[in-house]
Amino acid sequence: MEDLLAVTEAGLYCAAGDFFVDPWRRVPRAVITHAHADHARTGCGRYLCAAAGKPVLRIRMGSNAVIDTVRYGEPTTINGVRVSLHPAGHVLGSAQVRLEHRGQTWVVSGDYKLEADPTCAAFEPVPCHVFVTESTFGLPVYRWPEPAVVAAEINAWWRANRDAGRTSVVLAYALGKAQRIAALVDPEIGPIVGHGAVMKLVEAYRASGVRLPSIDRVPPRARRVGGGRALVIAPPSVLGSPWLKLFGETSVAVCSGWMTVRGVRRRRNVEKGFVVSDHADFPGLVAAIDASRAERVLVTHGFADVLARYLRERGRDAKPLATRFTGEALGESGDDDESTAEYNGGEPPDTQPAPP
Amino acid sequence: MKAFTDLYWRLDASTKTTDKLAALRDYFATAAPADAACALAVLTGGRQLRAVSTADLRRWAAEAAGLPLWLVEESYAHVGDLAETLALLLPEPNEPSEQASDGHGLADVMRDTVLALRTADEGCKREVVTTTWQRLAARERIVWHKLVTGGLRVGVSRTLVARALADLAGVEPAVMAHRLMGEVASDAASFQRLLEPVTAADDRRPYPFFLASALEPAQLPAVAAALGAVSEWQAEWKWDGMRAQLVCRGDSVTAWSRGEELVNEAFPELVSAAAALPSGTVLDGEILAVERPASGPPRLLGFAAVSKRSGRRRVPRKLLAEIPCVFVAYDLLEDDGEDIRSLPLEERRRRLETIVPRCFASALEGELPHDATLFHSPLVSADAWETLAARRAEARSRGVEGLMLKRLTSGYGVGRTRGDWWKWKIEPLEIDAVLLYAQAGHGRRAGLHSDYTLGVWDGDRLVTIAKAYSGLTDAEIVELDRIVRATTLERHGPVRICEPTVVLQLAFEGVAASARHKSGVALRFPRIVRWRRDKQPAEAGQLADLKRML
Repeated sequence: MEDLLAVTEAGLYCAAGDFFVDPWRRVPRAVITHAHADHARTGCGRYLCAAAGKPVLRIRMGSNAVIDTVRYGEPTTINGVRVSLHPAGHVLGSAQVRLEHRGQTWVVSGDYKLEADPTCAAFEPVPCHVFVTESTFGLPVYRWPEPAVVAAEINAWWRANRDAGRTSVVLAYALGKAQRIAALVDPEIGPIVGHGAVMKLVEAYRASGVRLPSIDRVPPRARRVGGGRALVIAPPSVLGSPWLKLFGETSVAVCSGWMTVRGVRRRRNVEKGFVVSDHADFPGLVAAIDASRAERVLVTHGFADVLARYLRERGRDAKPLATRFTGEALGESGDDDESTAEYNGGEPPDTQPAPP
Repeated sequence: MKAFTDLYWRLDASTKTTDKLAALRDYFATAAPADAACALAVLTGGRQLRAVSTADLRRWAAEAAGLPLWLVEESYAHVGDLAETLALLLPEPNEPSEQASDGHGLADVMRDTVLALRTADEGCKREVVTTTWQRLAARERIVWHKLVTGGLRVGVSRTLVARALADLAGVEPAVMAHRLMGEVASDAASFQRLLEPVTAADDRRPYPFFLASALEPAQLPAVAAALGAVSEWQAEWKWDGMRAQLVCRGDSVTAWSRGEELVNEAFPELVSAAAALPSGTVLDGEILAVERPASGPPRLLGFAAVSKRSGRRRVPRKLLAEIPCVFVAYDLLEDDGEDIRSLPLEERRRRLETIVPRCFASALEGELPHDATLFHSPLVSADAWETLAARRAEARSRGVEGLMLKRLTSGYGVGRTRGDWWKWKIEPLEIDAVLLYAQAGHGRRAGLHSDYTLGVWDGDRLVTIAKAYSGLTDAEIVELDRIVRATTLERHGPVRICEPTVVLQLAFEGVAASARHKSGVALRFPRIVRWRRDKQPAEAGQLADLKRML
């Protein structure tokens, strides 16, 4: 039987329904798992996303984009292919795309995580024949600590900085991670301040009904902000920029799954690294793949070769699938949705620098 | 163990010297003497013991984590540090570690696990390792792995440790550096002696080596402008050997490398020659390998030959004959039992020539008895910088690395203090080479492909000539990493074979014949000078160019 999806020059293509899932070029019709730059490109004819993700996708795709939505779990039909979107737990509105055609069911995971996250709907396993999974953190060294443990670490660091009169700066990408951090920390410790790029999305999150603590904007033409007590949430691009000078003496931390590895922490040249990721850790990937009950697993962006081999040795039909998604970057550059980490071929994706 | 683990992570967390110094002081001030002694031995790079092979550790960790071995290897290639990789892979410990590690000082851990493991049989080793894993939290496991594999290195220099201990003992850092020279015994009593206020009188230890800085820029008008009148300077050849001190006190002679290792066993002919020196003499100089053909003048063999000798604890007769060594003295540090390091160089030199009357220049001209092994280094005299520059240009043909310039009034300092001693090395050789393979680095470069194998053209194919690790900026390494990933043709474990697209300019000190590289040549001290973004691989260097330099 013909595969429901194939990798083409423009992206993952469903010939039966004549549409793409997360295309990396401009195409007439795109089904979008989530609004990060390596999954959602501007300039497509029509977009379909989960209803919960529309305000966020709107910010990224611009006011002229045609965006159709469906609620999680509610099926729609595109040229005879039954399409439904299911929570992926990655960021607000992120979805796994389920496709059904002539008795074949495929699920494209997009990016996902299994941890509880108050800022988005929790991952739901969707049984299928073929599961297309990410593998950003597909090495067993990646095992996330409990969110409460990380929250306590961040709070302790913030409190110590506050007591020393230093502003705490957390570098986290503007869509998803920033809001999750805001929801994770203890707002009693001091004021939370958001970078402009973060605030735009904070509003979209609030408009979608996500409850977040009070977050202050940096007033225009401000000369000193936070008084050494604040927790500032900003995209990584601010590192080394004059914008950081607004806060006087600072301690800077990066929140990323890559912070698990000491060498990466040291290379980023920041004082602290907290292990917070919106991707599944290795046990999470394996659990999600098992829960899909898929007969065949196609592994994309990240450690695709490694994870596929591991799955094969566990008796699964699994192989790598070359895409241009990048996951959470091992990240030196400052874009909100990361630069390249491990990708499986082709060009690195275009990246959008965060506006200051 | 917990206190030492905390120290390890405090040292790791900061790049500031003041923070590291404070961490060391805090640790040594509170640690039990037996633990402190162990820590000192580990931090100052004393010989560490490999109690367990890393192969065993990997295998047992794979089993404990329920993972195939190849996945442990993949993880290691990504993380770049085996101790850390295993700590991340192992299941969470059973017992709360705070309790378990209380009462387990570093000395206990060293005795009960590291030392005990060395002599244990396979089954027992495994038992000790797996039960220790269950007791330790991840942050402790990393440190413990490094201890049992003998690979613990933290970013602190011996000098920094000496400063911290000097503060605690209330003595000068130089005194402490002197006390820390050589083999530091790792027991409580010897640690406490280190902290005694008065210097222990009799010892065989060398003085801290005084090091020269590289003269940059090395061009003439700049050199003359920076150094002033040529008459204020002493010039010598910069010999291509191994820096060492010969210490003669009482009836003992000790030979010490710059790495502060006792090398008596490696150079027995030098030790016996030095026995003829008066007691209370310390010489600083260079160990050189010299071939003495049946006829004709002796020939210098270079550093590579000396290093075949220096690592030995026992030198076979054959090797003694193949690579005979001599000692060429630069300086006299102790004369008749008196520390004369603060006297001016001119005076020390005068005394040196009295104690070691033979000059190495005449040895090279073949005028000396063949069994002579102790010399003083010849001076290169010149009345103008231009003359010296011309002599420096002879360096490569003489088999030396350039000139050493020392201010005639200078004392023999400690460490690397700029101003009085300069290395005026010859310009390196250079070639443009193509990046062929890349491998992920370690430490700060973990996960980044930062170790490069480079090649040049041999007809219409590229052949490898060198591996290079250093010379690019962090930003360039990151950029190159992306290119490596995007142009990978094949992967062999951690090594990626890349499509030839990147040209790097390499500097090196010389070319030697090599069986290890396909090209048949190897470069000496290759390092990357710059990324030639302006060049295509087709424009890179030719193997024939290198062969001409052989």
